[in-house]
Amino acid sequence: MTDPRTAADLTVPSDLAEVRRVQDDIESALQAHRFGETDQFAVKLAVEEALVNAIKHGNQMDPAKCVRVWYCVVGDRFEIRITDEGPGFNPADLPDPTDDWNLEKPCGRGVLLIKSFMTSVDFVGRGNEILMSKVKSDPTE
Amino acid sequence: MPAENRRQRITVEDVGDVAVVQFVDKKILDEQNIQMIGDDLFRLVDELGRRKLLLNFSNVDFMSSAALGKLIRLHQRMTQVGGKLVLCNISKDIMTVFTLTKLDKMLKIVKDEQTGLGSF
Repeated sequence: MTDPRTAADLTVPSDLAEVRRVQDDIESALQAHRFGETDQFAVKLAVEEALVNAIKHGNQMDPAKCVRVWYCVVGDRFEIRITDEGPGFNPADLPDPTDDWNLEKPCGRGVLLIKSFMTSVDFVGRGNEILMSKVKSDPTE
Repeated sequence: MPAENRRQRITVEDVGDVAVVQFVDKKILDEQNIQMIGDDLFRLVDELGRRKLLLNFSNVDFMSSAALGKLIRLHQRMTQVGGKLVLCNISKDIMTVFTLTKLDKMLKIVKDEQTGLGSF
């Protein structure tokens, strides 16, 4: 059996089925580096939200466009960069989904969850690239 | 797609006048899957006239924000028709998703099925 990949640079078609394959690879990498269940959940959720945003909102599901995914696990730290070919967006323009007036609106929850679950989150360039990291939690906490 | 031609995504058990719904999939993720689950849930309300829905998440270990939108719309529909929606058996990790998005304030969430049945 080969070692789980702990670093990868992938070009993913704008197909939501591809998200599953990337997620499986990342899950294997996190397990190999002994990230706990809750940390794995956090990373999987953030990657799911970011990849779906990139394919759906960034690339508008255009099969001619791809999403670039780079990730690595080094020691206690997981890092991932996801770049789409869309025009980008300003996360500050998103409504606060936890505001009473916005609770029933569909937008903004994905980015809120990404920011909440990950250790660091940066939107880069014109807003079509997200750079996220997760540091392994202290198991005694 | 006709309901009989596709894979079952929920199971429904009647306990008195409460429809107790279990999810077949452990992961509630992609849009097509969520749409089909939503269609099945709305059918319970709009076609079968069910007014008390208890969604049991004991089998679900992962879900994304896309599913939250569907739950909100179901909650809105239940409110419109004078029904009640209750969620139960939500894992600790998924509960964090509801708490962070403050949907735990909007949706009725209880610990287990027994508590849920007693909350209507």
